[in-house]
Amino acid sequence: MASQAASTGIGARIPRRELKRLLAGHGRYIDDIRLSRMLHAYFVRSPHPHAKLVSIDVQRASRAPGVAGVLTAVEINPRCEPFVGVALHRAGHRSAPQRLFAAERAVWQGQPAAIVLADSRAEAEDAAELIEIEWQPLPVVADQFQAIAPGAPVIHHGMPDNLAFDFTMEQGEPAKAFAEADVVIEEELRFERQMAMTLEPRGLIADFNPSDGSLTVIHAHQSPFQMQEIFASHLGIPEHKVRVVAPDIGGGFGLKLNVHCDEIATVVASVIFGRPVKFCVDRLESFVSDAQARDHRIKCRIGCKRTGEITAMEIDDIGAVGAYGMPMRFNVAEGMMAVVMTGAPYLFDSYRARTRSVYVNKNLIGMYRGVGMPFACIVGELLTDLAAHELGIDTVEFKRRNYRPKSALPCVTPGGQRLETVSFHECLERLVELMDYDKLRQEQRELRGRGIHRGIGIGTFCEQTAYGPPYYGPSGAAISTQDGCTLRLEPSGSVRCLTSLTDQGQGTLTAVAQIVAETLGTSVDEVSVAGNDSAISTYGGGAWASRGTAIGGEAALRASTVLKENILSLASAITQTPADELSLANGQVINSKTGLSVISLAEVGRIGYFRQDTLPKDFDVQLSVNASFVANDKPYYMANGVQASYVEVDADTGFIRLLGQWAVDDCGRVVNPLLVDEQVRGGTVQGIGAVLFEECIYSEDANLLNGTMADYLVPMAYEMPDIVVSHVETPETSTRLGAKGIGEAGLIGAMGAVWVAVNDALRPLGARITHQPFTPERVLDALARAKPAEPPVRP
Amino acid sequence: MGDVELIGDEEVEVVATLNGKPLKRRAKARQHLADFLRQELELTGTHLGCEHGICGACTVLIDGRTARGCLTLTAQISGKSVETIEGLSDNGRLAELQQEFIARNAAQCGFCSSGMLLTAYELVQGGEKLSRSEIREHISGNMCRCTGYHAIVDAIEAVLAKGSR
Amino acid sequence: MKARNFRYVRPASLQEAYRTLAEAGGEAVPIAGGQSLLAGLNMRLSSPKVLVDISNLVELTGQSYADGMVRLGALTRHRDLLSSAIVRAHLPLLAEAAPHIGHIAIRNRGTIGGSLAYADPAAELPACAVALGATLVLGSAKGERQVKAEDFFKGLFETDLRAGELIVEVKFPEVPTGTSTGFAELSRRHGDFALVGIAALAILRAGEIESARIVYFGCVDRARVAASVSAALSGAAVPLEDASPYAAAIRNDVKPDDTPGLRADTKLHMATVLTRRALNSMVEQRTAWAMSS
Repeated sequence: MASQAASTGIGARIPRRELKRLLAGHGRYIDDIRLSRMLHAYFVRSPHPHAKLVSIDVQRASRAPGVAGVLTAVEINPRCEPFVGVALHRAGHRSAPQRLFAAERAVWQGQPAAIVLADSRAEAEDAAELIEIEWQPLPVVADQFQAIAPGAPVIHHGMPDNLAFDFTMEQGEPAKAFAEADVVIEEELRFERQMAMTLEPRGLIADFNPSDGSLTVIHAHQSPFQMQEIFASHLGIPEHKVRVVAPDIGGGFGLKLNVHCDEIATVVASVIFGRPVKFCVDRLESFVSDAQARDHRIKCRIGCKRTGEITAMEIDDIGAVGAYGMPMRFNVAEGMMAVVMTGAPYLFDSYRARTRSVYVNKNLIGMYRGVGMPFACIVGELLTDLAAHELGIDTVEFKRRNYRPKSALPCVTPGGQRLETVSFHECLERLVELMDYDKLRQEQRELRGRGIHRGIGIGTFCEQTAYGPPYYGPSGAAISTQDGCTLRLEPSGSVRCLTSLTDQGQGTLTAVAQIVAETLGTSVDEVSVAGNDSAISTYGGGAWASRGTAIGGEAALRASTVLKENILSLASAITQTPADELSLANGQVINSKTGLSVISLAEVGRIGYFRQDTLPKDFDVQLSVNASFVANDKPYYMANGVQASYVEVDADTGFIRLLGQWAVDDCGRVVNPLLVDEQVRGGTVQGIGAVLFEECIYSEDANLLNGTMADYLVPMAYEMPDIVVSHVETPETSTRLGAKGIGEAGLIGAMGAVWVAVNDALRPLGARITHQPFTPERVLDALARAKPAEPPVRP
Repeated sequence: MGDVELIGDEEVEVVATLNGKPLKRRAKARQHLADFLRQELELTGTHLGCEHGICGACTVLIDGRTARGCLTLTAQISGKSVETIEGLSDNGRLAELQQEFIARNAAQCGFCSSGMLLTAYELVQGGEKLSRSEIREHISGNMCRCTGYHAIVDAIEAVLAKGSR
Repeated sequence: MKARNFRYVRPASLQEAYRTLAEAGGEAVPIAGGQSLLAGLNMRLSSPKVLVDISNLVELTGQSYADGMVRLGALTRHRDLLSSAIVRAHLPLLAEAAPHIGHIAIRNRGTIGGSLAYADPAAELPACAVALGATLVLGSAKGERQVKAEDFFKGLFETDLRAGELIVEVKFPEVPTGTSTGFAELSRRHGDFALVGIAALAILRAGEIESARIVYFGCVDRARVAASVSAALSGAAVPLEDASPYAAAIRNDVKPDDTPGLRADTKLHMATVLTRRALNSMVEQRTAWAMSS
């Protein structure tokens, strides 16, 4: 009875249900879709990080074969309200208004200046080469320090300087706590620019219908609702006439959550031409047009007593956020998360933190998996590991002593974060057992004696997931954190679900099916789930900030609970059995006491839809229900976890080998352990990629030097370790489902663990590395800088 | 150089075998095989991730061996046999791999999967029992951004263990 | 990233290919495996007017061994280097290098002729050809000529190929028994272009290198014999404890440029490390072979 639901309901290991279709080659990704009379778009972009657009002549290009037209700022910009990426509740946050195209000036390399519309992409690219465009390079602000140097050129003439935001917070008495500390460890960390690098680049098909003024956009985007609102408000199209539908998407990771001006311009082009317009970014283009991430410098320090208590922590962060504030998502998030989350797992009272976001002549920084939480994890874990070693305490023992225990919950951290249902000690003990920590330490010791340098790193984190209204509301951004679910019992007894969630591979729609199936006592195979469409479901959010199962799943739970009541009520009326004696199992309405079937769901459906004449006259059949969920007062659900990394550093070549990786995660109630495991694994490899491989390399004057897949190093299979995953479940107590988010955890924990592991390997050689990614050259340079007493590097 | 304009054709006739059936089509000389499959034949299971041969999303089989669709001119397949994800899925030759991949969720967004499956297919054709490290080496030219590769290696290992071709 | 327009022609014979290339002058390029050429075309890095498809010319295929000489047709695919018994038996250096060339899908299509003609300084085969003392047979409408590999690579992506010429085959004297071969490269990910690589032949006697022929790739602008290092290693005691026998000499042979993310001095350091490791590995292999025979 319970067994069928248990095998496909909450807790079941079910693969993402779309895989059967996708692995047969039957996916429908944006570039697979064509509409009649569709034009293809190609953008001409500024090759300079900062330049005056002296002149642009599109005559020859307009007459090229297959070309329908070429548009510049003159046609495009007036049709879109400028974007101002300012968070209203962040005092002093500034951004210049952003128009879609460069008009007089380009302020980042890749900023679009013209769009060619043609019958094919190839013809559009051919025509683009005929555009005569003259640029006059201007002085470039290339990094944070140039941006805030006295007398620096100010990128946006309306602003007094290049500072977007400057925020400081202080708790306790940090100056005193550092002065009284027995040990103070101080470091300066450097993080290069990185990219989400989804395998499928961005894309959309904009389809404006001039006869009724309606707009449909097939958009590889994580939040159709966000884009529906933007197209309506910025292009002046009534919102109820805008529909945004996401097709199959080849990876999001936050990249496809951002607002990209080339995508908006594609929609404008469709409005102007009155025809569908497809824009699919190609790989070379993605390097100069995708929102980027991670460009930060962080000074940090920790103070400890000889007994091992932490007395204080401090960070001073500065991020180079590109030329404008990212619309909707702003450019302060990475820095603010670093500020509020650093040290959160640890007991200490005194804290000082500062973050600045500054404008530079580079592409916009946007959302990418983890956002600022990797910084918090790395700072906290590196400093505690260094401090522990300085004090002669094993790093795991140090954590045991300094983690916030369950008995101290709920509590508020010095960064202002509320912790309620976290499980630091439990996860750590599970990790220690999983990796056989003592054995690895012994192995490390023995091998060090033979000149082999292995390192062990632990990466503890807690993570804000599933942000709620208190987080976005005050910012002024029209981002809804609710999600909704419409459920319909079909006449045949199966169930159709429409969710406001989206799915780019993480399997949220499968998790929703499991929740509905379990609640309605039916098999997941009897439940279909559709999402990704701003027109068909209750208003919602979509996919970001690890929110799908936590929020959308809760909405599905509530909707299915209501539907269950309605089904039982109808079954009661049909069978003359009291509703409180009935329940659902195996696709049947059953007598709760005897377990025997009273009536099938199919029969309930048949009568409910086609034979209402047999029902009492005032009986209200409601076999289609709708519910939304949002927690009005909850800014986030705090999840936690811990990872370990075991590495070997070749001190002669600087190359790093990954020998093992272990992850323990507490994301609350686990709806589908298989999907959770795989989210952790995928995130872990992205985190490893960030620490060891990935970098946007710029010249001193902000020219991108490595804009191909041969030169931007995404992790491939050979270098990656096997990843062991384990779960701890401390349910969220404020929802019925009890799930928290998991999407970003793998990346966050991995980054902390690998940072510490590599430094642990280098420690006996007197070297420390703090410039990410840890390329072989940076490892060798760290070794070369090492204290002279250590053995020199063998040539 | 007046003569060079007389050399060659902008459009070529392609005579080949595609997924076991005869193919005869005209194609633009400059069109690569992946675009030809996707645009002219509407076989969109072969994907474009980079168009310069690094990511492996466009992998097809030519005369039974993997090749990058983006680094093959359509014109070059004349006289050859080409197989795509659709063909190998329809004729069941990928069934075991697909089953093992799906059971382990060794795919998430699915964009790399066509190329990954065809690369894995070439490996299991060899029939050798390989170590995890050797499996990783074999798929080292197929980028996946979602799974972290672990489950993919598990799936291929499972098929190799079964020992069937 | 759609290639610019061009025309395509598929000559039916090698002589027809020569005539076509001669007629077209510099406006036509040959295409064999296309693994390097098509990436460049997709990125619009070049604009040939005509592509001459030589990939089906039977005159350019085949691998043979006779009288101590291995002959590889220019269309020998990288994959063939791995499967060929002739290569395994007589040119172990090529068999050792081949798994490092790109990935399987690239090796299925890429050819030795294409690799040598393209002359990427980070590629494996040009360095191996020079190390093995190969000779290239070049053909055109004007006839055939032969050029030693060590004279063929003139500069960065620059070879001795003249207009209208094709590589027809590559002749390798077989590696004599008693000569050791060594190959090593450092790359960030398996299959990537090498940051630093070494292809080496050496005659090893007990405890000593009698003579060595060293070729670097990845950290140099073209494949050629590293004459200073080769000379410095002759007579050196093995295994090498450190780089002192050749540390000065390598500065003559390896003069890299700074590239994004990798400085010249780092490349030099890595080349120095790799030289010691490759030679010591050859010594270990020889010791193992000697002990087992």
